[in-house]
Amino acid sequence: MNVMDGNMTDGRFALKLDTRRGAVDMSHGSGGRATAQLVAELFRRHLDNALLAQGNDQAAFQVPAGRMVMATDGHVVSPLFFPGGDIGSLAVHGSINDVAMSGARPLYLSAGFILEEGFPLGDLERIVVSMAEAARRAGVPVVAGDTKVVESGKGDGVFITTTGLGIVPEGVEISGGLARPGDAILVSGSIGDHGIAILSKRENLEFETEIRSDSAALHGLVEAMLETVSEIHCLRDPTRGGLGTTLNELAQQSGVGMRIMEEAIPIKPDVAAACELLGIDPLYVANEGKLVAICPAGVAQDLLAAMRRHPLGAEAAIIGEVVADEHGFVQMETGFGGQRMVDWPAGEQLPRIC
Amino acid sequence: MKYVDEFRRRDLAQGLARRIRAEAEPGRRYNLMEFCGGHTHAIFRYGVQDLMPDNVRFVHGPGCPVCVLPIGRIDNAIELAERHEVILCTYGDMMRVPASKRHSLIKAKASGADIRMVYSTQDALAIARKAPDRQVVFFAIGFETTTPPTAVAIKQAKGEGLENFSVFCNHVLTPAAIQHILESPEVRDTGKVSIDGFLGPSHVSSVIGSRPYEACAETFRRPVVIAGFEPLDVMQAALMLIRQLNEGRHEVENQYRRVVTREGNLKAQALVSEVLERRRSFEWRGLGRVPNSALKIKRSYAAFDAEARFEITPSDRQDVKGCQCPAILRGVKKPTDCKLFGTVCTPENPMGSCMVSSEGSCAAYWAYGRFRQADGAAARREAAA
Repeated sequence: MNVMDGNMTDGRFALKLDTRRGAVDMSHGSGGRATAQLVAELFRRHLDNALLAQGNDQAAFQVPAGRMVMATDGHVVSPLFFPGGDIGSLAVHGSINDVAMSGARPLYLSAGFILEEGFPLGDLERIVVSMAEAARRAGVPVVAGDTKVVESGKGDGVFITTTGLGIVPEGVEISGGLARPGDAILVSGSIGDHGIAILSKRENLEFETEIRSDSAALHGLVEAMLETVSEIHCLRDPTRGGLGTTLNELAQQSGVGMRIMEEAIPIKPDVAAACELLGIDPLYVANEGKLVAICPAGVAQDLLAAMRRHPLGAEAAIIGEVVADEHGFVQMETGFGGQRMVDWPAGEQLPRIC
Repeated sequence: MKYVDEFRRRDLAQGLARRIRAEAEPGRRYNLMEFCGGHTHAIFRYGVQDLMPDNVRFVHGPGCPVCVLPIGRIDNAIELAERHEVILCTYGDMMRVPASKRHSLIKAKASGADIRMVYSTQDALAIARKAPDRQVVFFAIGFETTTPPTAVAIKQAKGEGLENFSVFCNHVLTPAAIQHILESPEVRDTGKVSIDGFLGPSHVSSVIGSRPYEACAETFRRPVVIAGFEPLDVMQAALMLIRQLNEGRHEVENQYRRVVTREGNLKAQALVSEVLERRRSFEWRGLGRVPNSALKIKRSYAAFDAEARFEITPSDRQDVKGCQCPAILRGVKKPTDCKLFGTVCTPENPMGSCMVSSEGSCAAYWAYGRFRQADGAAARREAAA
């Protein structure tokens, strides 16, 4: 049931939702009056837009002709609030980016909330406000939603699933299966910021760092890139699993190998130091505001320049090339001058990073 | 990154590589065993072997604490974790190590056992303080490097009267293992494994010093160079070993002077010997029973010994059939000699411990070096065609 609809207004509830001391209880998920109040005073108030205000179980809108894309993304990050963002902004950026990696212009989002009984309403409001801000900044409204409540101990505060819908501009053909030998591999900026920011706030592991999550909506950067270079072959945001995993995915999907240069990969000294200390490889640490692009070598410099002109691509770099390789291996020339593979990661390096 | 990048500089590596090529005598082979998994990891991660001439080879040793723990001890840990009153605290590396019957701690956790991954003994103590009605057991593994923190935790628990805390002690000792390898029939009699010299442990030696290796070097006439874990450390230590071998010397030298002294960390040593003592012998995966090669909790601290508290009975389960971890840990076989390697045994589905830890030879071969075998296979195919 869609519970962001309903036509109650603030005035119809005797007492305002207590976002100072109040907490989510089972009645907020019952579909009754308490649910309606939560939707009206929290979700609809902050996420405010015309489609949400239609008050239906669904959002109805006209679509232009062309190819649409749709992507969905669940968010279970722990902790919920971290330097550079929170689960709300992350959930908005996550689905926008998944849509944008097809070259599409994201149009709309939906959001499903699973709330745990006892979760402070004040924290929920902070999250929804942050979502609303992120959506507004990105120009992609949340037009439909749903809320469920689970008993205390059956969730972890709040989980958010978002779905994004977008439209691909004429002539754009981007897919993970289109990398060809000879293509250049680019990355839009420093790797590992999000994962390290999260890790620095984990229980038992807190350490002092200035590192903030890079969580950001990348569709503006993608649009700028496509304006300069229309023949981009692949785009992908290296989230969970990091750059190393993304390169392996693309290599496998395209049936090619890759050779990258360790020295060319941008990484912040703080992130490198934290990884060193924790014994983890930054190649596998999550990003939430970076993308990998693969394009013909001939246009790589143009694409690099276009990326660097955009604030979210200022530190972009060409990090390697696509090669023919039946094994689909990603190989790396180490900064030390040797060769090694960058394999798929095994097991879980950092659980619940997004 | 200061204090790290200096030890990974390409220009210095190339300079060292030139010197090694110039000094390694062409008609001679140099088989250098790096004892520690930390060295194995560095060699693969930075591609150090690529910078070495063909006649200088690294033989991977057994110094991966996760790899050498016999399957029976992991079974014991799982049995402990499955007791409903127990919270088992472990370093993350142990979670996926295969126990008998394809079981593992991570599977036990999924079936409801309360197993917590911790980063230090202090985390385990904190859990014990917070859960006075539960029994918190710390699964202590590792060489001399991780031993002092275990000793500290036991002392703290005693000091605080933290009665619900205990340690399942599996700490092992390096010099005894090196000696055991050199006394093994493969090295001493059949010559199946040649080891001309050792890259000595780095972190272990920061605790025990370089002195404990002196008897070994003298008795077995093999040079030992204590080496740091950075790739330039490994290369410089290799050069020092080559020089010793060329000059017919067999001394203990210390490349890792920025950390290691001859005497080591006396305070840490005193702490360890206050709380822990040698076992008469201990089972190692790969090496079998090695005399005087492990530590147990002293009688004066027996109240914090999980083996006594839970009456753990030793299990002598065997490794998976066909798994060559034991031979690989002794340097007798390479991971690629194992039929399971890369077929049924991969990091996602490890059959043996050497495929689990990032310090294990199989995992390093698989994750960092697999393209070499593929290149080799392609080259062989081309040559055949």
